Amino acid sequence: HYPHTPTSFLPPPAKYGGRHTVTLIPGDGIGPELLNHVREVFRFSCVPVDFEVVHVNSAVETEDDINNAITAIRRNGVALKGNIETKHTMAPSVKSRNNLLRTSLDLYANVMHCQSLPGVQTRHKNIDIMIIRENTEGEYSSLEHESVSGVVESLKIITRNNSLRIADYAFKLAREKGRRRVTAVHKANIMKLGDGLFLQCCREVASGYPDITFDSMIVDNTTMQLVSKPQQFDVMVMPNLYGNVVSNVCAGLVGGPGLVPGANYGHVYAVFETATRNTGKSIANRNIANPTAMLLASCMMLDHLKLYDHASSIRNAILNTMNETRLHTADIGGQGTTSEVVQTIMRFIQSKGQLTSEY
Amino acid sequence: MAAGSAWRSMLSQVVGGAVRRPALSSFSRGMQTVTLIPGDGIGPEISSAVMKIFETAKAPIRWEERNVTAIKGPGGRWMIPPDAKESMDKSKIGLKGPLKTPIAAGHPSMNLLLRKTFDLYANVRPCISIEGYKTPYTDVNLVTIRENTEGEYSGIEHVIVDGVVQSIKLITEDASRRIAEYAFEYARNNQRNSVTAVHKANIMRMSDGLFLRKCREVAENYKDIKFTEMYLDTVCLNMVQDPTQFDVLVMPNLYGDILSDLCAGLIGGLGVTPSGNIGANGVAIFESVHGTAPDIAGLDLANPTALLLSAVMMLRHMGLHDYGNKIQTACFDTIRDKKVLTKDLGGNSKCSEFTADICRRIQDLD
Repeated sequence: HYPHTPTSFLPPPAKYGGRHTVTLIPGDGIGPELLNHVREVFRFSCVPVDFEVVHVNSAVETEDDINNAITAIRRNGVALKGNIETKHTMAPSVKSRNNLLRTSLDLYANVMHCQSLPGVQTRHKNIDIMIIRENTEGEYSSLEHESVSGVVESLKIITRNNSLRIADYAFKLAREKGRRRVTAVHKANIMKLGDGLFLQCCREVASGYPDITFDSMIVDNTTMQLVSKPQQFDVMVMPNLYGNVVSNVCAGLVGGPGLVPGANYGHVYAVFETATRNTGKSIANRNIANPTAMLLASCMMLDHLKLYDHASSIRNAILNTMNETRLHTADIGGQGTTSEVVQTIMRFIQSKGQLTSEY
Repeated sequence: MAAGSAWRSMLSQVVGGAVRRPALSSFSRGMQTVTLIPGDGIGPEISSAVMKIFETAKAPIRWEERNVTAIKGPGGRWMIPPDAKESMDKSKIGLKGPLKTPIAAGHPSMNLLLRKTFDLYANVRPCISIEGYKTPYTDVNLVTIRENTEGEYSGIEHVIVDGVVQSIKLITEDASRRIAEYAFEYARNNQRNSVTAVHKANIMRMSDGLFLRKCREVAENYKDIKFTEMYLDTVCLNMVQDPTQFDVLVMPNLYGDILSDLCAGLIGGLGVTPSGNIGANGVAIFESVHGTAPDIAGLDLANPTALLLSAVMMLRHMGLHDYGNKIQTACFDTIRDKKVLTKDLGGNSKCSEFTADICRRIQDLD
């Protein structure tokens, strides 16, 4: 049975000669090395995907690079990316490249599936939470000004359209995946108009899904509940900033940033990356980064391209390798190297008798 | 045990930050007046529990009970009752139980009114694992210091056009500097090693950027304290994996709200977490941060731990460390012993039994 996403009603991007072209943005920190491993695994497994690599230099102020990347994604429809660093030394007018990409391509839904992995030691077990986070507005609207010297105003925008859109996405996804409950996370007791509007839109959409239970929870209580009893949550939907907090808490609960893949979906485009979007500068180029999150993200991408067999094959290999504790990378308490993990994954794929190239 | 030694290290903790206080000995000789606001729901019964425990410990505190229901002042502005304000202005120290926030009562929440009346700009929550009350997290020993007057809670929202709402987050140079200074003073006065500024300056370049800049400037005057900066998401990610890496955290309002509750969750919830609010002009109000629990109000089932620990925080702020330590030790011993725990702590004893046990231990300690 094939995993469907709400975007499955769209035709997949155009294929030339039976092969897909996907934009690849290496980014900074551990991005380049992790994406190289993805290419290695794809090449080994004869995955019919060609990567168009677009570099984005985080050290320059002009937006040419990121605009090129956006154009390439418009052309190919799908992208796999590492995180692009936002340098604080630059003027505030130099906006986050990652954010620019998300808003320009209207990738309105950030989806993250947090599941406890059997081979990983964590304080909490049996976590299975889907987080759907509004990805284009809210606190990330990048609208700030200094009204009076020493006083800065930052605008958080909540719109009815985007709130309805993300709520709709959440409920559709919940139904497709057979999930029973959707929880809206908000702070409408304080931000009565903004979060109040978001909550209202969620309620409206919920009324069209009587088979799914809908409830809501204030964000500070949510984080408290997550660290004590995370098993109570099923599907969660929320505006941008709370999504940032909740997704990082959940990633930490299931074992850390090296394990969880993330996807950004729009009506037309899809961009895949690690869920917590870390640059990982301190561990870059040391062969210690955990390749799991990025590899699982590439599997999500393969599902999106309807290359389900390849996705399953690689995913199974990853999960089986996760059970080998001696191969765990440092972030999950082991001493394995990135390349050891990747080699083992490829060996597992080969052992299943599928067509592979030499490595 | 690490948690035990963390508590012992709290023996010399003083909440006072940037305010210079007179010699401590004058306080311990005479009675000090504290404005007590019992609050709603379980407020009155847990306040009685605290008063009883303080009496047993012979703490030199004279309680002045005041009510803070909102009243309309001249000119139509909502305010707290004048006798409550007068009492606080004189005593400078307050202890507060939970206040209910009425919906559609026409006036802002009482907590907000108190905050504005006394300019309570810093919310301080020490989160330390309680020996004897097990959670999946052990050895938590950190303090969240939250800017409490501006940021996302400015309350300024507009409907731009139908279906588009704008909420304004305000960050000012003055408030950012003030909270940063408080955080570093607190760290210095309480022998803490580092202060971490929590922000999202990669996305909110100007506002969080300003906050961060002020923290950096203040850090220059406190070279003895290590200063680091960390993104909010990274803090969340790391906090749930390894909270022991954190010490003092300083941040704007919303992040502070979320993080302080997250940290409370790590040590066992709002029922066991103390909290203090520091204001301008030397005012400090200590409070329990849980709700009014109307379903168990008046049934002698409430857990007074949060209010009691906040009262201990208050004693330390006033320089009355010996009394604070004695009461805290008795409280933790009772919890560790597990014989008379209230329902939320996993037992089925009454509030009065829990309180009596603590009182008995205090008498034994003397």
